[in-house]
Amino acid sequence: MKILVAVKRVLDYNVKARVKSDQSGVDLSNVKMSMNPFCEIAVEEAVRMKEKGLAEEIITVSIGPSQAQETLRTSLAMGADRSILIEIDENVEPLAVAKLLKGVVEKESPNLVIMGKQSIDGDNNQTGQMLAALLGWGQGTFASKVEKDGDQLKVTREVDGGLETVGLKLPAVVTTDLRLNEPRYASLPNIMKAKKKPLDTMAPSDFGVDVSPRVVTLKVTEPPKREAGIKVESVEQLVDKLQNEAKVI
Amino acid sequence: MPQYKAPIENINFILNDVFNVEDVAKLEGYEEATPDMVEAIIGEGARICEDVLFPLNQSGDQEGCTWDDGVVTTPKGFKEAYDTYIQNGWTSMVAHPEYGGQGLPQIVQVVMEEMICSANMSFGMYPGLSKGAYDAIYMHGSEQLKETYLPKLAEGTWSGTMCLTEPHCGTDLGQIKTKAVPKDDGSYEITGTKIFISAGEHDLTENILHLVLAKLPGAPDTTRGISLFLVPKFNVKSDGTIGDRNGIKCGSIEHKMGIHANATCVMNLDDAKGFLVGKPNEGMKAMFTMMNMARLAVGMQGLGLAEIAYQNALVYAKDRLQGRGLDGTKAPDKPADPIIVHPGVRLELLRMKSVIEAGRALTYYTGIREDIAHKHPDADVRQEAADWVALMTPVIKAHLTDMGYDIATRAMEVYGGHGFIQEWGMEQYVRDVEITKIYEGTNGIQALDLVGRKMGQNTGRLLRSFFHPVLEFIDAHKDHAEIGQYMEAFGKSVSKLQNATITLATKGLKNPLEAGAGAKDYLKMFGVISLGYMQLLMAKAAHEKIEAGAGDPKFYDAKLKCCRYYIERVLPEHYSAYHALLTGADNLMALSEDQF
Repeated sequence: MKILVAVKRVLDYNVKARVKSDQSGVDLSNVKMSMNPFCEIAVEEAVRMKEKGLAEEIITVSIGPSQAQETLRTSLAMGADRSILIEIDENVEPLAVAKLLKGVVEKESPNLVIMGKQSIDGDNNQTGQMLAALLGWGQGTFASKVEKDGDQLKVTREVDGGLETVGLKLPAVVTTDLRLNEPRYASLPNIMKAKKKPLDTMAPSDFGVDVSPRVVTLKVTEPPKREAGIKVESVEQLVDKLQNEAKVI
Repeated sequence: MPQYKAPIENINFILNDVFNVEDVAKLEGYEEATPDMVEAIIGEGARICEDVLFPLNQSGDQEGCTWDDGVVTTPKGFKEAYDTYIQNGWTSMVAHPEYGGQGLPQIVQVVMEEMICSANMSFGMYPGLSKGAYDAIYMHGSEQLKETYLPKLAEGTWSGTMCLTEPHCGTDLGQIKTKAVPKDDGSYEITGTKIFISAGEHDLTENILHLVLAKLPGAPDTTRGISLFLVPKFNVKSDGTIGDRNGIKCGSIEHKMGIHANATCVMNLDDAKGFLVGKPNEGMKAMFTMMNMARLAVGMQGLGLAEIAYQNALVYAKDRLQGRGLDGTKAPDKPADPIIVHPGVRLELLRMKSVIEAGRALTYYTGIREDIAHKHPDADVRQEAADWVALMTPVIKAHLTDMGYDIATRAMEVYGGHGFIQEWGMEQYVRDVEITKIYEGTNGIQALDLVGRKMGQNTGRLLRSFFHPVLEFIDAHKDHAEIGQYMEAFGKSVSKLQNATITLATKGLKNPLEAGAGAKDYLKMFGVISLGYMQLLMAKAAHEKIEAGAGDPKFYDAKLKCCRYYIERVLPEHYSAYHALLTGADNLMALSEDQF
């Protein structure tokens, strides 16, 4: 089996996001960037499948600026075999990402695509679903467990009401949730080997995809500051406030 | 609960902006250590330190190691963390490729050591001592010893120690009593007692390799009569697997002020089987290979602990709301202002920050010089780099551990009464850092090393590796747009250091007590002024970045302000040392012993 894993370079989860002074977006200059945590889980799952002998090759792909090479190198250090960077400096919307990934799938013919359920910057939670639809493949989103079951892939999904298990015919798209696995640390020898693994750079035009945005961002603002709470004098006052101010009961 | 974030931005600033770590990758054998590779390695190393080692620091201190009938158990979680550490290859980093290593340059190790010492110094000592043992065997051991033991040390499944001190002698090793009797098979039977053996016994590795100083029959009663032996905890069979237990046992572990999670052992050797490392009676030379590396590593411990203490002092100073700014309210929406608004608190924080950043620059630069000393094609360049490393070893060891203690104490005091309370974690750093001033040669011994050995070596050639570039630097930057303003003050400091050198050299030649009396003050001057030099180099690099409009201007601007603080408020500390030094030995020796 050949697995394709999509990874995204995002603002590090430890960094407090700040809005640009012109409110055009989040300020990404001079801040630490890392692999999206959900994507790390996706890479880890693919590497585990390879270690179990279920997969022969893992290809990681990223769509972003040239610095996304570092993110791909991280995936190679974790155990992927080779990488593809589709280089573009502008922000790419989920549909365009899905179309580009479809192009990669057609080129590489993987049996399985694993990706994060969402990236922690855009929080869109759309790309995996869109990709499955464009390809006409089955999808197992929000996976907390993935097992090979004969020709099928059994995916346990974290849904609102609890867990749901679906059987997917391959090829398929799986998107990862946080509890699927705990990503490994890249070992020192593998960090050094990663540099020698192949990393191809391509352009969106190589796939004939129009990546121009379809949504206009009017402005981005920080959430309002939380105001200090008050101490209520009595239960009656609390009930009154819940009914009339918060309007929750 | 304290927190730790590896100071990656500052690390990269030193490696890439102030010094050219790129130059290291140009050396033969280090081609892989390109800046992007170094950054990737440090990034992953930082994750291990933050996520795996740091969470065990406070619990390890509180639980400590336990001894039961010769068996030592490390605190909860240490074994698992150690397994993660070695499985990820970190013990093999600078080990040689022909004996199981990744062959990376020393500078990468230096950076990693800083982060490990910040995260969990007690833990760091286990692999740290293995590295020292690896170096000693690599440099002085026979081919057979190397093949048998080095790959296991690189892998981390076996660990190492250095066994020097005995109950009656530490600094003066000529007095040791441990005996080695030659056997017919070429091995030796070793008997004696060693104390203060860090990592002498523990449950992290399958085998422990002790490097033991002992005397052969008829050897002279001086340091020229000492030989070095490798004594494994378990004898190793001819196929390389572990055999029966050797006659070296842990008699007890010490109950100490700090580094509770590192076992400090009494090791009893009873006809233990050992193998000679290097030549008979040349053990001190071989041991110094370990010791010089270890001294630089101990300086790193001082720096690492200073960094973690500072990070947490800073968090607290921004969080703790007490009173109002002396010149008016700064945080009207809060019940009081954070204490960082006060000049007195800023003085503490800035002192910490400016000393740590300069200390980082000095140790990293010295790490790069070590790599150049090993691998540069030009013999003169190698020599000059080696001279710098030799000269700076006692300065880094003593000054950075003195500063480590100073900073850990100040950081604790920023917390007021809470600093004194165990659960805040700040008092642990003070307790842990104290040992760094003592072991691997007390700081007093470092001062004697600087004055007695390094100062006069090759008629002052070592000193030239410092003074020549520094004087050139002063000369070349008198009109520099940013640091030119400091050159007069800095130049005066350096000439005081030159005067102190001449004074000690001339008076010391006539009367060694004069050299001994001024040694500590001299080392202090050397430390304070070297860090001043580093601050100026950093300010210069930051200024260039600002001029070029590169990177984060706020970050670089902070470097300029930090340099100013150091030059104006810390550099003058060499005055008092200088004036004390000039008074000579008489005021120390005038009292008879019974007048004390």
